[in-house]
Amino acid sequence: MELFELTVYELQEKIKKREISSEEIVKSIYKRINEVENTIKSFITLADEKNILENAKKIDAKNEYNGLAGIPYALKDIFCTSDFRTTCSSKMLENFVPTYNASATVKLREQDAILMGKLNMDEFAMGSSTERSAFHLTCNPWDLERVPGGSSGGSAAAVAAGEIPFALGTDTGGSLRQPAAFCGVVGLKPTYGRVSRWGVIAFASSLDQAGPITKDVRDTAIIMNEIAGYDSLDSNSLDVEVPDYTQFLNQDIKGLKIGYPKEYFQEYVTQEVKDAVINALKKYEELGAVVEEVSLPYTEYALPAYYLIAPAEASANLARFDGVRFGYRDTNAENVLDMFKQSRSAAFNNEVKRRILFGTNSLRSNNYEDYYLKAQKVRRLVRDDFTRVFKDYDVIVAPTTPTTAFKIGEQINHPIILYLNDIITVPVNLAGLPGMSIPCGFSDGLPIGMQLIGKPFDEGTLIKAGHAFEQSTDYHKAKPAVGVK
Amino acid sequence: MAYETVIGLEVHVELKTKTKIFCGCSTDFGAEPNTQVCPSCAGFPGTVPVLNKKAVELAVKAGLSLNCEIANYSKFDRKNYFYPDLPKAYQISQYDYPICGKGYIDIDISGESKRIGITRAHLEEDAGKLVHQGSITTTTSSLVDLNRSSVPLLEIVSEPEMRSGIEARLYLEKLRSILLFAGVSDCKMQEGSLRCDANVSVRPYGQAEFGTRVEIKNLNSFKALEKAIEFEAKRHVDAIEDGEELIQETRTWDDEKQVTKSMRTKEDAEDYRYFPDPDLPPIKLNEAFINDIKENLPELPDEAQKRLVEKYNLPNYDASLLTMTPDVLTFFDECMKEYEDAKVVSNWMMGELTRLLNQNNIELSESKINPEHLINMLQLINKGTISGKMAKTVFEEMFNSGKDPEAIIKEKGLVQISDEETLLATIEEVINNNPKVLEDYKAGKEKAFGFFVGQVMKATKGQANPAIVNKLLKEKLNGE
Repeated sequence: MELFELTVYELQEKIKKREISSEEIVKSIYKRINEVENTIKSFITLADEKNILENAKKIDAKNEYNGLAGIPYALKDIFCTSDFRTTCSSKMLENFVPTYNASATVKLREQDAILMGKLNMDEFAMGSSTERSAFHLTCNPWDLERVPGGSSGGSAAAVAAGEIPFALGTDTGGSLRQPAAFCGVVGLKPTYGRVSRWGVIAFASSLDQAGPITKDVRDTAIIMNEIAGYDSLDSNSLDVEVPDYTQFLNQDIKGLKIGYPKEYFQEYVTQEVKDAVINALKKYEELGAVVEEVSLPYTEYALPAYYLIAPAEASANLARFDGVRFGYRDTNAENVLDMFKQSRSAAFNNEVKRRILFGTNSLRSNNYEDYYLKAQKVRRLVRDDFTRVFKDYDVIVAPTTPTTAFKIGEQINHPIILYLNDIITVPVNLAGLPGMSIPCGFSDGLPIGMQLIGKPFDEGTLIKAGHAFEQSTDYHKAKPAVGVK
Repeated sequence: MAYETVIGLEVHVELKTKTKIFCGCSTDFGAEPNTQVCPSCAGFPGTVPVLNKKAVELAVKAGLSLNCEIANYSKFDRKNYFYPDLPKAYQISQYDYPICGKGYIDIDISGESKRIGITRAHLEEDAGKLVHQGSITTTTSSLVDLNRSSVPLLEIVSEPEMRSGIEARLYLEKLRSILLFAGVSDCKMQEGSLRCDANVSVRPYGQAEFGTRVEIKNLNSFKALEKAIEFEAKRHVDAIEDGEELIQETRTWDDEKQVTKSMRTKEDAEDYRYFPDPDLPPIKLNEAFINDIKENLPELPDEAQKRLVEKYNLPNYDASLLTMTPDVLTFFDECMKEYEDAKVVSNWMMGELTRLLNQNNIELSESKINPEHLINMLQLINKGTISGKMAKTVFEEMFNSGKDPEAIIKEKGLVQISDEETLLATIEEVINNNPKVLEDYKAGKEKAFGFFVGQVMKATKGQANPAIVNKLLKEKLNGE
């Protein structure tokens, strides 16, 4: 087995035992990237090999093999980094190099993890296929004609293809879990406030949450140990103690109460996906868990509420891209107002413009109560649904997505159909809960994702339940054939 | 027909914090452009605001000083609009849940007290500043200075309960003195830490509904506020009398021409699309926090005024002037530690001191005079070392140079001559030199006496003790 195929945990073990060096890992990673990147195209900016190798040698020379030292990773290009441009896959920020680093990445840097570059995404995280990148498409490693999902599509594809052992992505309405499901990897959206948002370019501030994409649940626990925790720079970051997430691995799940909401198994979910998740539920019963049907009646209102709240916040968050201080500026404008308008017209894609218009319209004073405020009330009801179910259950299990990865170009001109991809992931963001997607089956060679939803700050139980499933199945071990001659 | 002017004021006060309201940048005034800026207050992508607790504390302190209800729950909202000096393209402000609710302040109008209601006071961040190359209309490029961006402001909105430019000025002066005493702001209008907009309308007396309202922006002095309102009220009355229709608009005050000018009409008014800022959790204050601030409030102008009247028997008028700023009151209180006659101190402060401050256009803290010197000077008058007239010269010199009165007297040779023998010699000389006036005096012309006094003063270069001169002269003239 080659080094690029290993998990973070496996790499850590080998480094600790002095079997391998960081330099060797990095070399293997570059070899893999050279092999498949032309096909997958998950990176927007890739670090210079010479620099990274030098960095790896320095870390090797330190001779302290703790934590993530010497382990390569990459970031969705929404995390601000001072050594790589941060584009959000937009022409607006094509050449933008921040002077600061996102808090979540600072922690990884302090561990001496090696940042290899920035990964493709839908522009400003708006999209479910990574087709909305201003730079290029990213392909699903399992089927190059298919999308990797989005908006963290680059992150999921890179991990699935073995280009990187782990990556960080963000999830506003499913942007981390849906691509993880499409690419057959693990994606965890932590509780809102668990991982600092500082330095993560905002799409919808009350919903955005950063999290890891990894090859298995054990790695998710390892990465969460490093990135979770209170940050005084983020007012919504919560000062709740961070447990050692690896203690939830290899635990018995006898008596664990699992609820599966009937609303998440409706006709919009394909039979193959339903079957895979139902089989997984059977597996849980075999493992001693108590599995029962539950109801989340406000589910059908979650998606419309989301598509009012997220664009409203986005319309304000993206207003700072006005060409005045950074990013793209139209230099032909005759006055300042035209400069604003023309810069924004030229540098945002249609999906971003569509959502800015949605959001602007729903916040207009004569629409506010009918749209934005009503959506906030729905949000409360959706949250109450979960609170009620979590009185009796430890975990909620559902499909992550209604279908497996769809074909490139198939849905791009049907925004509403595209929005439906998020139908089972969005309620989790509205409620601020942790949600994790893990592989649970295949259909026509395409991975299927199962979503585990937990109580606030109870990522531990998701890791426990996820790992128990992983230990008794092999889905997470399957690898796409990409790059194999 | 007789008309009534209706005025409400919106006052922006910069809170006295060391750092900005949502980041750690300094709020010092007058720094080089863009030297007090970080990615957060420059609105860079990925940055999020973190609330400065001190700003909340000062807002509560201000609210309590203005008799406001303090909200246990308040929140921040985004006020959206595009402008090059607004880095995030929205201002973080408070919309429907301000930190301070209803309150009031009392003003004195020719001896009568009038209560002016405060509608609310809310926290917000300031915007940056544009520096136009040339004038705003002709400039081809403008520069952005973000030093002020995210400086904490408290916007204090009054009820429309003022009825003249003078009332508005008195309200603003009283508001300023309260905020100064509370220690929440420097309230320097010239540095923009106190800014005022006025909403003005007129209506026939007795009419319940308001007339068409005009907002006058950025009034940067008490005088400008008063003048602009008087001008605007007259303009409205003239328009109504001439049958012209007034439009709701925003105007500015042209201090040079002493007129208001139109800035924009209501049709251009923006919809700010307020909504709760998702980056900032609501502010929840408990009673203990509020009570703690309440119990530690310093003495405020109204209390201080009452104290001066009761303790020193000063007229209300004096007491109100002595409590305009904490500096003035402290000066007075310091004097009273060493001196018993409050009215004398008050007279010097309201008279000479105020005259010199106005003449030099400075605040008391910027002058060099101190209470100890004033007391020394008053004691020198009492001892007869200097006359009251000489004291004015001494006072001005103390004000300008900060020297003690003895040094000034010595330097200027201002010692009063009270020695009877010396004075008698001069008196005899003056009488001898003016035999004609002596005749007049003997013929009963009172004026002649004054002439002799004047001549003695002249001969002694003003240093003769006038009381002794009077006494000796009378003896001399009547004795012969």
